[in-house]
Amino acid sequence: MAAYWRKTWPFHVLLLPALALVVLFQYVPLFGAVIAFQDYEPWLGIQNSPWVGLAHFRYLFTYPDGKQIIWNTLIISAFKLTVNLGIPIVFALLLNEVRKTAFKRIVQTLVYLPHFLSWVILGGILIDILSTEGGIVNRLLNSFGLPSVFFLGDGQWFRFTVVVSDVWKEFGFSAIVFLATLVGINPALYEAAEIDGASRWQQVLSISVPLMMPIVIVVATLSLGRILDAGFDQILNLYNPLVYSHGDIIDTFVYREGLNNGQFSFGTAVGLFKSAIGFVLIVISYRMAYKLANYRIF
Amino acid sequence: MRYRSRGYTVFTFSNTIFLSLLSLVCVLPLLHVLALSFSSRAAATANIVNFWPIGFTTDAYVKTLGNEMFLRSLWIGLERTALGTAISMAVVTMAAYSLSKTAHRFPGRQIYIWVFVFTMLFSGGLIPSYVLISKLHLIDQIWALVLPSAVSVWNMILMLNFFRTIPQDLEEAAYIDGAGHLRVLWSVYLPVSMPSIATLSLFTMVFHWNSWFDGMIYMTKPEGYPLATYLHSMIVSDNLSRVGVTLESIENFSNRTVKSAQIFIGALPILLVYPFLQKYFVKGIVLGSVKS
Repeated sequence: MAAYWRKTWPFHVLLLPALALVVLFQYVPLFGAVIAFQDYEPWLGIQNSPWVGLAHFRYLFTYPDGKQIIWNTLIISAFKLTVNLGIPIVFALLLNEVRKTAFKRIVQTLVYLPHFLSWVILGGILIDILSTEGGIVNRLLNSFGLPSVFFLGDGQWFRFTVVVSDVWKEFGFSAIVFLATLVGINPALYEAAEIDGASRWQQVLSISVPLMMPIVIVVATLSLGRILDAGFDQILNLYNPLVYSHGDIIDTFVYREGLNNGQFSFGTAVGLFKSAIGFVLIVISYRMAYKLANYRIF
Repeated sequence: MRYRSRGYTVFTFSNTIFLSLLSLVCVLPLLHVLALSFSSRAAATANIVNFWPIGFTTDAYVKTLGNEMFLRSLWIGLERTALGTAISMAVVTMAAYSLSKTAHRFPGRQIYIWVFVFTMLFSGGLIPSYVLISKLHLIDQIWALVLPSAVSVWNMILMLNFFRTIPQDLEEAAYIDGAGHLRVLWSVYLPVSMPSIATLSLFTMVFHWNSWFDGMIYMTKPEGYPLATYLHSMIVSDNLSRVGVTLESIENFSNRTVKSAQIFIGALPILLVYPFLQKYFVKGIVLGSVKS
């Protein structure tokens, strides 16, 4: 044991700051989550607050909005997941056909940009351009003789807006992994196909697409693992009481009910419920990604 | 490779048009806001501004930069970005050095890895974190914005993967010269990993600059808001009373051109570092997918 420490102490010392921060800010709250099983009152603390077992979890399912929130989360997430997979794949395939490097560069520069802007900035922009009082998008619709759309004030349209704006923000950046795969394909494969008389379309279908499949499977399974994250940042910056019925997701609900309305225990219970299911889903998705495509993060 | 068929020419043409339009769609909203911010109030109210300022004026910027609340938030935003990035990079680099050693040289490495990775998979959630921050009396302190997110496990993995590509000979030579681990990290690892460290620093800076939610829950007074939080309560939730705006000054804040100017200033630092980011992030992602 002494020999072990003599050999490795510098490693432990270098890890100490990170370990201390992680224990304090990640593991302590993990144990703090026991307040989900209590009626926590800040002035009583964890020691003296009364225990209530699973009452808050049961309440979530009898709560009138409980099922609606879970449904909203799943439906928004499912749409995002599908579109956020499909569009980047098609985009990567199209961009890969571009032969002019300069043009390719410019396109990449422009489409990656929204990824780096925060939802606060983009929320501010979207609220302005989607406004029914002279927002530029509705002005465009009107000029085609179409009626104005209440993008952020009507439930169905709100979901649509959330999905489309998320895709708009992320499709370019999500395409990077697919592009990298396409660029990495051995040109000899295409040359051989060319000699055999395959058209470019046939080459894409029988070379590019199959070789992209493993990474597509990885991205798909990994995003399945995060299906309960429907976009907290985004929705908190776009929603308003008018669309709570269609746009309120688990995370925004926890924030509003738990923190703003001071229902600490109930909020924690909902968060814990989400975390637990999310944990199982992520573990399953990583296993699947490993089984199906031999993917490992480290 | 040559593609000479007529069909392919048609495809190339329409593909170019389509990709150009798609690229435009990604930046036009930002251009519209920029045009608004330089337009006269009358033009903005009349909804005639598209992508070029009408009635050019820098009035909105003069008002924004004369707004004390805005300037204070801007400063706090820069402060948290600088402090947060410095702390995070220091902590992550040190940890990544140890974890980049093989299990043979550093038995126990695996335990640390799991302790860190577990936090990526499971968290106590928003409310227990909030309770902890208030119990630690960090409410209204800048530490609440920089410490909880300091250990980015993802950055740690990227960094340790990079450290592993450093040739062993370099390190061995230093040991033979009698250098300790700290010395090796400082004089061998850091100089050769500058590009990776720069990349991760940029990403961490963007993360801090863009973070707004922690500012909103951990800062009870608007005086402590970083810029992103200020912008959120200003533009998005339109909660003017919260940022302490009085009735007479309300028109200076709430009109569309001033809002647009504030949005644009909020986006500006990102736009400034974007060329550097772009140079590195493709590499960064490829680096992250290196399996070991």
